[in-house]
Amino acid sequence: MRDVAIIGAGMIPFGRRDEDSLMDMLAYASLKALDDAGLGDRSVNAVYVGNMGAGIIQHQTSIASSLVDRLSLLPAAADVVENGPASGGSAVKNGLLAVASGYYDIVLVVGGEKMREVTGWRATDFVATMTHPQAEYPYGITLPGMGGMFTRLYMEKWGVTREHLLAVSLKNQAMGALNPYAHVEMTLDREGIFDSPDAVVNNPTAADPLHLYDLCPVSDGAAAVILCPLEMARKMSKAPVLIAGFGQATDTHTLQERDDPTDLKAVTLAARQAFEMAKLKPSDIDVAELHDAFTILEIAESEHVGFFKKGEGGKAAAAGKTSFGGQIPINVSGGLKARGHPVGATGVAQVVDIVFQLRHELPKNRQVKNARHGLTVNFGGFGNNVTSFVLKRVES
Amino acid sequence: MPLDMELEEILRPTQYPMPPYPPKVIVLANGKKMVIRQAAREDVPAILKSVHPCLSIERDYYDIVSARLYGELLAWYRYRVKSEYCLLGQVDGYLVGVVNGRMETDKVGMSYHTLAIDRGLRIGSHLFAAKMEYHLEYLGQEEILIVAESPIGFRRWMIEYPLEKTNIPHELGGGDSYRLTRAIYQAAKSRLVTGERPVPCKLLDEAEAEIKFADDDTIRERIAGLKGR
Repeated sequence: MRDVAIIGAGMIPFGRRDEDSLMDMLAYASLKALDDAGLGDRSVNAVYVGNMGAGIIQHQTSIASSLVDRLSLLPAAADVVENGPASGGSAVKNGLLAVASGYYDIVLVVGGEKMREVTGWRATDFVATMTHPQAEYPYGITLPGMGGMFTRLYMEKWGVTREHLLAVSLKNQAMGALNPYAHVEMTLDREGIFDSPDAVVNNPTAADPLHLYDLCPVSDGAAAVILCPLEMARKMSKAPVLIAGFGQATDTHTLQERDDPTDLKAVTLAARQAFEMAKLKPSDIDVAELHDAFTILEIAESEHVGFFKKGEGGKAAAAGKTSFGGQIPINVSGGLKARGHPVGATGVAQVVDIVFQLRHELPKNRQVKNARHGLTVNFGGFGNNVTSFVLKRVES
Repeated sequence: MPLDMELEEILRPTQYPMPPYPPKVIVLANGKKMVIRQAAREDVPAILKSVHPCLSIERDYYDIVSARLYGELLAWYRYRVKSEYCLLGQVDGYLVGVVNGRMETDKVGMSYHTLAIDRGLRIGSHLFAAKMEYHLEYLGQEEILIVAESPIGFRRWMIEYPLEKTNIPHELGGGDSYRLTRAIYQAAKSRLVTGERPVPCKLLDEAEAEIKFADDDTIRERIAGLKGR
């Protein structure tokens, strides 16, 4: 197995992009990553596209074939990778394995989703297609509904409070306001969404006990990275970032089949695999991008990857330990909460954000000082298919 | 000119007596304080300056809503509509939203339009709620007729309250008419109608001193969400 590095990273602003098609977005993000990589006359051997719903939302399939043609990358191999909201993470994994195996040298991985061209109801229904087709979906379950039930259980078992959820929401929105790629560039105020009587309108219950600002927005967006062998990357101009570790694990499709629905085993296993491969431990991580589709997930994942003991994640967030400048800054990009969650793009966007951090190229108000190691967790289904990466800055 | 004045008297509709809407202040999600107050007829030219840039925004039917609102406000300004009113939302003096409506009869209100100039803060929800509050709690009406022109409006009014379908046609035309009755309002009030009175003098003075408005490009960018491009 060869060591694999990221030599190019790019992303387009997430949000509602009425004027762009899904293919436009995938192409823009890809071109930014290709420009960033500065490949010169080297050609891309393969393209992996992370996408969950083009067949459903856009009624368009074979989007990887379409993208290579659009980008004039023919005859590069091209595949779509679908793994629900972890499609992006799985696409990066496929690119990683393809380069590590020695079969391909240069791989483009791009993730994208265009969700705002349908109503919020249809987008929610589309995301719910990942639930169990007999045991869950027919009964009207949605992902926010699952998130609400999970939160209630987590509160009862691990002592998480609304104050803890609020801390995550305020933190991620504040960071998102500094991120030009974020869907929601708006800081929130405690009084406006929690203390004031007006909060009942500003921040209504979405899926009890989750409120509007506990949920990520429905977004359009795309992000891309270029992978190549580390040895090749060392000869190129841009500072490479090593994919030092990778892990992926699955869990039961339905939540009720788990011994303890609050135990996100797939997160624990995926992160453990990534740490073991990287020969690092949670305390070595300088910055992390965790899958906060709901505020509770950031808290739960921060415990399951090993940053905090069970029951301590919420308190840590409330104490500022996961804030920028804290013990372990989490979701400095704003996370899914503020950067947005175009499902197929998210796993790639998390990697892009960590690459920016490890190359030390962000503005001071978002750059984690001397960041050398970063972690991502991309959460598919409701924790039934999770990918995790440990990235490492390569010193010249 | 005397003849013109006679004609003018004929053309001007008679007005129902309309008690004033007492201003209130709302804390928005970003912590800013929005003053909701009743506009005076003399405010219309300033309001129209903020509405005008929205005429070219197709997104979410802003073009239709703002064009109709523009006409309705102009008609009110020039005395061509009966018993119309307009409520404003202002943050730091800046106009962030406008709602209007009128009294159809002494018991029935006609909701016209809701235009949020700053988005993502549920300004439209707060202003629509203020409009309903005005009809039912201050004008003493029993119901308000409402029609939606955008999916957002449909979600916010028809579904969130939820409103009751009616066969009584709404004067804006369009799709099915709905109505907010006093009973529906009372049931929805605790979760949709908020605000504090009286408004602190400093805030109210600032709002009343001048209706400030952002430049056209800023308004278009805020509404159409063209950030970064």
